[in-house]
Amino acid sequence: MDVYLPIAAVTQDVFVLLALGLCVGFISGIFGVGGGFLLTPLLIFIGVPQAVAVASSANQLVGASLSGMLTHWKRGNVDFKMGGVLSAGGFVGSAAGVALFTLLRRLGQIDLVISLSYVLLLGTLGTLMMIESVGAIVRARQPGARRRRLHQHTWFHGLPFKVRFRRSKLYISALLPLGLGFGIGVLSAILGIGGGFLIVPAMIYVLGMPTSVVPGTSLLQTVFIAASVTVLQAMTNQTVDALLALIMLLGGVVGVQYGARYGAKLRGEYLRVLLALLILAVGAKLLVDLTVPPDSRYSIVVRE
Amino acid sequence: MIRRWGLVLIAALLLALSGAARAQQLVADLTSHLVAITTGFTGTSVVLFGAIEGGGDIVVVVRGPERETVVRRKSRVAGIWLNTRSVAFANVPNFYAVLANKPVDEIVPANLRQLHEIGMDNLKLNPAEKAKPGDITEFRAALIQEQQRGGLYDKQPGTVNFLGDKLFRASLDFPATVPTGTYLIQVFLVRKGDIVAAQTTPLIISQTGLEADINDFAQNRALLYGLVAVAMAAVAGWGATFLFRNA
Repeated sequence: MDVYLPIAAVTQDVFVLLALGLCVGFISGIFGVGGGFLLTPLLIFIGVPQAVAVASSANQLVGASLSGMLTHWKRGNVDFKMGGVLSAGGFVGSAAGVALFTLLRRLGQIDLVISLSYVLLLGTLGTLMMIESVGAIVRARQPGARRRRLHQHTWFHGLPFKVRFRRSKLYISALLPLGLGFGIGVLSAILGIGGGFLIVPAMIYVLGMPTSVVPGTSLLQTVFIAASVTVLQAMTNQTVDALLALIMLLGGVVGVQYGARYGAKLRGEYLRVLLALLILAVGAKLLVDLTVPPDSRYSIVVRE
Repeated sequence: MIRRWGLVLIAALLLALSGAARAQQLVADLTSHLVAITTGFTGTSVVLFGAIEGGGDIVVVVRGPERETVVRRKSRVAGIWLNTRSVAFANVPNFYAVLANKPVDEIVPANLRQLHEIGMDNLKLNPAEKAKPGDITEFRAALIQEQQRGGLYDKQPGTVNFLGDKLFRASLDFPATVPTGTYLIQVFLVRKGDIVAAQTTPLIISQTGLEADINDFAQNRALLYGLVAVAMAAVAGWGATFLFRNA
C-alpha cells in the first residue's frame, strides 16, 4: 500500500516504513539505544531527502523517548533537575544547530555535511564499541581483572555556578550539564539523533551520575531536545514530515518492546559486538555512496 | 485640440476593432482549466482545442510557474563528490513545452522565436546573482538538461493536429512530478512567417486532498504544524507505554 509523504514529496510503501520502524525499534530495544543514528541513514537509503530524514527522525524521537522516559519515571529513575538543566542547554544548542542547518542548506552543502558527519560519528562509535566489547569478552575470560573507578575528580570540578543535584547525589557546576546539553542539541538538529549513545557515557564518566538514573534522565532531555528541534525545523526549513514520523513511531514502539525482551536473554558483550558491526556497516555504506560518481554532475534546486 | 483627440480616439477604435478581428482568427481553449493532484497521481493530459480562420500554422508554448532555481555542479574532492560551484537563475519556468503542427523552425523565423521565447534555446534565463559569463552558458545548458532529465522540459516538440484546415487539437502531457502553480498556455497563429494572432489561456495545477492540506499547513502555519507534530508523537509514545504496561 503506497502512501505519499507530503513533506518528503516521495511515495513509499507504508509496510516498508512500518517494517523499518519495527526493525530500528527492535534494535533500540535490544541495545537500549535511541536508534536515531540508524533511522536517519536508513531513511536516506530508501530515498527520503536528507534534510527531511533528519527533521522527521527528530519528530519520531519525541514519541519514542517519551515512551522510554515514562517507564523509567515509574521506577523513580529520573533526575528532573539534571534533565531540566541539560534540556535548557539543549534548547540553545538546538536553535544554534537549526540555524547552522539552514545556512548549510542555503549553501547546498547540507546533504554532504549530514552524510560526512554520520560517516565520522558511526565510524568512531562503531570502532570504539568494537574495541570495548572485544576487550570485555577477553577480560571476562581472565578472572580477577581490576575494576575501573566510577568517579574521578578533574579540572571541571573547579568550575563556578555549583548546583546540588540531589537525585544524582552530585554537587557540580551547572555549566557542565548546560554545555553537554548544548552539544547534544546541535548534533540533534543536524543529524536527527537523540544522542543517547553520547550523553550516557558523558553522564557516567564526565558528570559522575549514578548509573541507575542515567537512562531515564538522558531520555528526559531527549524528549525536550527532540521536541525543540522538531518545532524549529518545522518553522525554518519546513522539513518535518509528521506522517512519516508517525508511521515510523508506530512500528518503533512495538519493536522496542519485543527488542527489550529479546535483549534480556542475550549476553551484553556479544550484543555490543553485533551492534558495533551494524553501526560500521551503515557508516561504510554512507561513505561508499559519497565516493560513487553521481549520475549527473549537475543538480537543480527550486527556491520557494 | 478636440479634433486631434478625436483622431486619436478613432485610431484607437480602429486598432481595437482590428484586434478583435484578429482575435477571431484564432479561438482556443482547454478541456479543463484545473488539474487536481491527488494521492496516486501518475501524470495527466489536458486537451487544447481550437479553430482558426484563413489558414496558417499553430505553435503552442506551455510555461509552468516561475521560480528562482539554483544549478549546482559536483566535483570530486579527496575522493568525495561534493557541490563546488553554483549559479542561481531568476524566474525559471518549472515546466516548459513547445507544440506545433510542423517543425517550429519552418514556421516561425528566428527573431520571433527569440522574442516570444519559443524553443528551449530562446528561453530567457538570467542569473539571479552575479556570475561569470562562461559559467552562465555552462550552467544554463545544465539547467535545461536536468529539467529534461526530470521530464519537466520537453526533449522534443509535441504535435498539434489539424482536423481539416480549421480545427486543431493538441494533447498537453504533464508527468507525475509536475510542479503546482499557474501555467500559461500561449497559442500562436503564424501565417507566412508572421504571428497574426495569439491567445493566452491559464491552467492551474494544484494539490488536493489530505496530503495537500498537510503541505499547506506545514508551509503557512509552520509553528502550529511543528507543535502538532510534537503533540502527535508524544501522544503515540505515551499510548505505547499505556498499551504495553501490562504486557
